[in-house]
Amino acid sequence: MVEVLGMAGLESLDASVTVVGPGWAVLAVALLAGLVVAAAMLDGVLSARATGGPGGVTRPFGEAARLMRQRRRTTVAADNLLWRIGGACLFVTAALMVAVVPLGEWTIFDLDVGVMWFNAMDVTVWALIWLTGWGANSAHSLVGGYRFLAHGLGYELPLMFALVAPAIAAESLNVGAVAGAQEGLWFALWMPVAFGVYLLGVAAFSVWGPFAPALSADIAGGVRAELSGVDRLVFEAGRYALLAAGAAFAVPMFLGGGAGPLLPGWAWVLVKTVVLLALLVWVRRRLPAFRPDTFMEVGWLVLLPAVLVQDLVVAVVAVGKG
Amino acid sequence: MRVITDIGFWGLGVVAVAAGAAVFYVDSMARATYALAVSFIAVGVQVLFLQQNYVGVVTILMMVMEMAIMAVYMVMFMGMNPALVPMSMVHSNKAALGVAAATFLFLAAGILLVDWPERTGSPPPDVTRALGEALMGPKMLVMAVISPVMVATIVAAVVLAAHRTRYDRFGDDLKRHTPDDAQPGGVGR
Repeated sequence: MVEVLGMAGLESLDASVTVVGPGWAVLAVALLAGLVVAAAMLDGVLSARATGGPGGVTRPFGEAARLMRQRRRTTVAADNLLWRIGGACLFVTAALMVAVVPLGEWTIFDLDVGVMWFNAMDVTVWALIWLTGWGANSAHSLVGGYRFLAHGLGYELPLMFALVAPAIAAESLNVGAVAGAQEGLWFALWMPVAFGVYLLGVAAFSVWGPFAPALSADIAGGVRAELSGVDRLVFEAGRYALLAAGAAFAVPMFLGGGAGPLLPGWAWVLVKTVVLLALLVWVRRRLPAFRPDTFMEVGWLVLLPAVLVQDLVVAVVAVGKG
Repeated sequence: MRVITDIGFWGLGVVAVAAGAAVFYVDSMARATYALAVSFIAVGVQVLFLQQNYVGVVTILMMVMEMAIMAVYMVMFMGMNPALVPMSMVHSNKAALGVAAATFLFLAAGILLVDWPERTGSPPPDVTRALGEALMGPKMLVMAVISPVMVATIVAAVVLAAHRTRYDRFGDDLKRHTPDDAQPGGVGR
């Protein structure tokens, strides 16, 4: 007979982190939604400026209102179950990512393998984007789904090894412990390669900026070619939420968590998240697209060796310290 | 609390078995692939219930990724793409039924006939470490030797199976600077 034990993580593993009740997850999701709205507003301003016009702050609200009134488009022999799961679960996945991110001293889910948890969630995005592309039974959206997987084969391993570096330095896979291990010197400063590759990975699993060819106009919008109305709204919100979750997770991993002068820890976590999120939104129009058919070689011949050397350096330093 | 975790654990077991059965019931490769993924995710969460957190999360990670990659292969290698249209997920029904029934009876007989040992002692504080040491402890050297050998085998097999050799890519005297490849690469080819 299997001895079923309570979920680990109900007791804090790290003295600096307090586990709060599951009811606070509502606040976490509200914060995530707030970041989504802020990121969409910033993107509205930037896209208005790119076309020479003023304003743009209200663009996401107008777009949301338009999509909510739009009639849902249907396609022949669509696999509706998989299609809806793909689009709707992006936001859920982002919420599961932020569950392991401590907000200053509080965390909802103090999992001892929080870094692996984040990694498992970002891999889930592979399935969700492809399912969204598959479900519509449309050639263009399926091509978009495969473009995303082609990028995935290139970015995922560098991203995994980028997450390894802070974990080695902190000697823990617990996110709170990683944040606590950066006394005085942020990991972003002495492992810049891992930080850079991590940010590239965040853009990639959010199908953002240079990794947007899966959604590009040359294949009629790719994965979202047939998405309309609320489905499209939920899909877009999910992308912004993934971007925000990626920025939030970078704070305890690379930017010292809640460490900072004057303000309390939770405020610093939010400030750092917002700054990083703004950077990621801004970068959208600043980098050229990575072609899906050639990016794998960049990932495996440039990014992966660079991150492995970074891991080696971090491991040598960690052994030297210990 | 105990009752809730019990219900959660066995509920996940039901989900895992039902999703596993759905793999053979559905008529689309995509649904079969992701039914299998759901089954593995349920098992991964069950492993979390057993406090094998690392093993549970890795199970979810690897299986979801594997199913996504399977989606790549099913279009690459399934010929005229039966993968994209409805298709049956079963074949050789009679033989398969016979094998399945025989296996079930064999395993069930084992469960009923073997004397199960009484539990002695209690779980160690870190069950993941205990499991790792039980599995790998004395065989670590063997494992460390086998992994590079396996990688070398894979690389050698791919090199031997590749249609184009280095002479096709770099010329008969191997002096061509950039290789001549049908598929462009991302770093200068």
